[in-house]
Amino acid sequence: MSAAPTAEQLLADLPPTAAVWCSGLRKRYRKRTAVDDVSFTVGRGEVLGLLGPNGAGKTTVIKMLLGLVRPDAGEVLLLGRPARDPHSRSKVGYLPELFRYQPWLTAAEVLDLHVRLAGATVPAAERRECLALVGLADRAGDRVGGFSKGMQQRLGLAVALVARPEFVVLDEPTSALDPIGRADVRDLMLSLRSRGVAVLLNSHLIGEVERVCDRVVILDKGRIAAAGTLAELLGQRELRLRLDKVDDAASARLAAAGEVTSDGDLFTVALPADPDADIVPDLVADLVELGVRVHAVEAGRISLEERLLDILRTGTEEHR
Amino acid sequence: MIVLTMAALTLREAARRKVLRALAVMTFVLLGLSAWGFYRLDAEFGGLTSGEARLAASIVLNLVMFGLSLIAALGTAFLAGPTLAGEIESGAALAMLARPVRRGSVLVGKWLGLAVFGSGFVAVAGLAQFLIVWITMDYWPPAPATGLALLAAQTTALLTLGLLLSAVISPMASGIVSVGLFGATWIAGVVGGVGHALDNESVERIGAVSRVLLPTDGLWRGAMNAFQDPAILMNLGPGMQGHPFMSDSSLTWTYLAWTAVWVALVLGLAGLAFRRRDL
Ligand SMILES: Nc1ncnc2c1ncn2[C@@H]1O[C@H](COP(=O)(O)OP(=O)(O)OP(=O)(O)O)[C@@H](O)[C@H]1O
Ligand SMILES: [Mg+2]
Repeated sequence: MSAAPTAEQLLADLPPTAAVWCSGLRKRYRKRTAVDDVSFTVGRGEVLGLLGPNGAGKTTVIKMLLGLVRPDAGEVLLLGRPARDPHSRSKVGYLPELFRYQPWLTAAEVLDLHVRLAGATVPAAERRECLALVGLADRAGDRVGGFSKGMQQRLGLAVALVARPEFVVLDEPTSALDPIGRADVRDLMLSLRSRGVAVLLNSHLIGEVERVCDRVVILDKGRIAAAGTLAELLGQRELRLRLDKVDDAASARLAAAGEVTSDGDLFTVALPADPDADIVPDLVADLVELGVRVHAVEAGRISLEERLLDILRTGTEEHR
Repeated sequence: MIVLTMAALTLREAARRKVLRALAVMTFVLLGLSAWGFYRLDAEFGGLTSGEARLAASIVLNLVMFGLSLIAALGTAFLAGPTLAGEIESGAALAMLARPVRRGSVLVGKWLGLAVFGSGFVAVAGLAQFLIVWITMDYWPPAPATGLALLAAQTTALLTLGLLLSAVISPMASGIVSVGLFGATWIAGVVGGVGHALDNESVERIGAVSRVLLPTDGLWRGAMNAFQDPAILMNLGPGMQGHPFMSDSSLTWTYLAWTAVWVALVLGLAGLAFRRRDL
């Protein structure tokens, strides 16, 4: 080893890069702009949720990441390699929004095909396990053409997971699943995260996103309307109080805790992003001391759903 | 590697889809009819001179081989369409092309699978037909291997066109358009033949031009030449010129080279169209 290290060795010695990094992605279909200047990163082992209304451009972004759609502008790095290089996809699993597999193959044969296309070596037992994981163990030898819609989506999940991916892209993975299947997918994503596999999840089921995602990107009309960790996006906590005999001094005390909105005897105080532990008991003690009658105190958290609706209704700019 | 995987997959698709069954049924019907026809021909006209019998056998053999090549053309054209455009339309291409594969390799793999399938069909059905003629009329074509190879080349040319069309238009339309073009060049070839017989150069040119634009008809004429008894043309002379099921010349190497270039060009175009396509 006297020669200078090759570029490949240098790359291999670098710390692991992000699962996906994209910058300035843009796509127009005829005159309609589908995606406009979208940039984000999914770190290794991170679960990123992609949210947004119908037609926001979520699927288009995903297809550009995977080289299925040619971006008009922008760059993509998949697992550290430029997405133009097909090898960048060798450790990527993908469940398309439109999940269809060769109807004339059996479920097991579809998995075999994808293992071969991925250039991976996966023992037969592990492939069977993969089918069992999505609840298709006893249908392995049946033709896909005879599968129900939900079964095809389950097969799609198995296909996305079978070649030992380091990054999994799931485009509405539970759109055709029964409630148990949805819970299974949730557990599956959590187990992927615990194994250090990065996940990009596009879903309209906000509860699902809220439970499994570390970070969220919200797209609207092709642009990023908001992005951040769940804590950042849902940062605001609120305190709802039902109070009686509120005088000026008590009002001032409430205002000191946070922004107050009142409706009759119902007061809502918006608390700072990470309030210290004593803020609520202190406030209640002070109010009682000021002669206020406290009927109810209820801590609340803005749900992701409310936040999403709020962002989509009030437009994008202030939330960037 | 990917090319071979895709070729094997395409062959499996051909074997499992209903296309194969339809092909098999049509072929059996055609072979059965021809066997019966040859048998009757022999029985009714037992008194034919051997020259006349050979002429009849040559013409009917070419007629039946034309039927076979038509079946092969239809079969592969209707396989080539769905295998690419159909998978794009249904979404099956999404999961596959998100794998670490080049689209060019996928296309070439599918092309290879279809070409093997089409050639295999032509070889098996053609051989069966030769056997039938041999048993019933005691006639064996002069250059069977060349003829079958040319028929296989014809099928390959047509399915390459089908792939190109299916990369740009919908699956059904691509099958119909490629079979339509196949028929059109055949007719242009016949028209050109008539022009040749009548010594009308401008009419003759129709056939020549169409044979360059789509080599299926040229290959077919070469195949016919390999199937028929060379003595017939000697005996009958110019009276047979322009006959749709007789051919008076074998193919030139230039034409074969052009066919190879044509196939490579069309496949390359299909690759370009497929690479640029948004899924
Ligand atoms: N192949 C296409 N041709 C033309 N326009 C397209 C095409 N694909 C997407 N679009 C347009 O791009 C925009 C974004 O579509 P996209 O499928 O990315 O939305 P989405 O966010 O995934 O929506 P949904 O939640 O309904 O799945 C839409 O306006 C759509 O009409
Ligand atoms: Mg979508």
